[in-house]
Amino acid sequence: MSFAVQDAAVVEFRNLSKVYGSGDAEVRALDGVSMRIERGEFVAIMGASGSGKSTAMNIIGCLDVPTGGEYLFCGVGVGGLDADQRARLRRHYIGFVFQGFNLLAKTSALDNVELPLVYRRIPKQERKERARSALESVGLASRIRHVPSELSGGQQQRVAIARALVTEPSLLLADEPTGNLDSATKREIMQLLLQLNHERGITIAMVTHEPDMAEYAQRIVQFRDGRIQVAEAAE
Amino acid sequence: MILSTLLMALRELRRNTLRSLLTMLGIVIGVGAVIALTNIGEGATARVKADIGKLGDNLLIVRPGAQRRSISFTQAPAFKLADVEAIRREVSGVSQVAPTAGSSQLAVWGNQNRQTTIMGADNAYLEVRGYSVAQGRTFAASELSSGSAACLIGATVQREMFGERDALGQSVRVGKISCTVVGVLASKGESGIGQDQDDMILMPLRTVQRRLLGNSDVSTIFLSARADRSTQSVEQQTEALLRQRRGLQAGQESDFMVRDMQEVAETMSQATGTLTALLGAIAAVSLLVGGIGIMNIMLVNVTERTREIGVRLAIGALASDVLFQFLLEAVVLSAFGGVLGIGLGLGLSWSVTRALGLPFLVKPPILMLAFGFSAMVGVLFGFLPARKAASLNPIEALRHE
Repeated sequence: MSFAVQDAAVVEFRNLSKVYGSGDAEVRALDGVSMRIERGEFVAIMGASGSGKSTAMNIIGCLDVPTGGEYLFCGVGVGGLDADQRARLRRHYIGFVFQGFNLLAKTSALDNVELPLVYRRIPKQERKERARSALESVGLASRIRHVPSELSGGQQQRVAIARALVTEPSLLLADEPTGNLDSATKREIMQLLLQLNHERGITIAMVTHEPDMAEYAQRIVQFRDGRIQVAEAAE
Repeated sequence: MILSTLLMALRELRRNTLRSLLTMLGIVIGVGAVIALTNIGEGATARVKADIGKLGDNLLIVRPGAQRRSISFTQAPAFKLADVEAIRREVSGVSQVAPTAGSSQLAVWGNQNRQTTIMGADNAYLEVRGYSVAQGRTFAASELSSGSAACLIGATVQREMFGERDALGQSVRVGKISCTVVGVLASKGESGIGQDQDDMILMPLRTVQRRLLGNSDVSTIFLSARADRSTQSVEQQTEALLRQRRGLQAGQESDFMVRDMQEVAETMSQATGTLTALLGAIAAVSLLVGGIGIMNIMLVNVTERTREIGVRLAIGALASDVLFQFLLEAVVLSAFGGVLGIGLGLGLSWSVTRALGLPFLVKPPILMLAFGFSAMVGVLFGFLPARKAASLNPIEALRHE
């Protein structure tokens, strides 16, 4: 799989729809959505529950496939890829950050961060080095031996961000990254994401339902009833 | 990849040590039982074979009394020396014929006394049964023909009655006769049926017949076939000859039996073999149960770790990576259980064979087979849970609470 289209948008939806069920039970989770997320952008995806934002995020993350329209990831159509091909795509180009951190329990920060590299069959030495530097970049150089239960919520989320960054992905996909944190820690995590976006030019798509978190993004994509309502500039 | 998956599997199993150990227990017991039973069986078989070898390779034993219960040992007439002479003369392929007569008597020396087997025999008996003289000599021809009071004592009699003292030249009183010890036999140990073969005093046959039993009966005749002849032919000839001499009609049951010790050996090792196979089958069932235990726990594991599986799939694990991981966990469980089971089985069979005085035989192929089998149980019973894990939808797995 090669991603030669350098100037393409990281994410491009072309009249994309996702329909669950059929006939009377048909639910149009996404209904003809078109949008782009450019390289280096920090986009917040908002919307009430049932608005289609989660479906959109699953499709952006290549966890799900659209039933209509086209999804181009870095210029390459994802629609025809099977589960394993999408897993390979995620492994190489997408980093995930979840609301519940989703770290492996009783496993050190370092081992958690190197996990995606294990699936990429990276040699052990290189894996350790890259995991260590990813942890450094989120400010956890001194905590690499700690297991999740020994870390605060904010620190756990930093480990999760390091895990997402370690593969140097084209897109960092964050699903409610601050949902489980207190307000001071929320700001801390948002500052970190902002810093990664500014200093390292990492493209970030963040799903959130909190308007003040969405404020950190350059742009907000608002979903409503399976469509994009307005796209407004935050700054 | 394999190594890091293996490490990952080990870490998972260590996370819940007690559960992992309990899960393994079925395999541990199954494999342990297989190893212990086959080892003990091997030891018993080897022992029986060795014992019967000790008895003499081409040995035939002729006794009055029928194999069936219809004619008891006491009812059947004993043999006479004339029968022995006839066998010597007419049966071809016989190398040694050793007539014996014996009874259990109290032997007395000084203030020591001991109930022991008094066996009347000649030097051929020593040869046929494979006894050798450790001290002193065998009977002289004159002692045999005159029925003089000379005796050879077994190793047990030497140890129990004389201890460290020299028995040679001492007089041992048996019944009404006082016999002089002319030789001490080397120890032969226990027979296959646990009989002490060294607990006896040997006297010339004539001495026992005339001076102890007061008759001319021969109770048991030991025959050895020549190495180049089949024991079967000797057995048949002897049977025919004795039937004729005892006036038995065709169709009438023999009131004596001719036993081929090789046949006995084969029968006994066949019996132990059957027993081993039977116990092995029971052990295999417990392995199966152990495998089901592993499957059960792995299914619980997959459900408990659904979210983790979702994360793994999201960050780039292929379905095959997840399958491999869970399969490996099951195999590590069962293989580790197998190793523990082999240890348990070896320990168990070692102590049992030691307690029973059997040889402790370890057969590496059986150990390898047991290990391979337990690993295979892991693959077989781990596959279903692993496939369940691998087929999870990452979106749903991530949403799983």
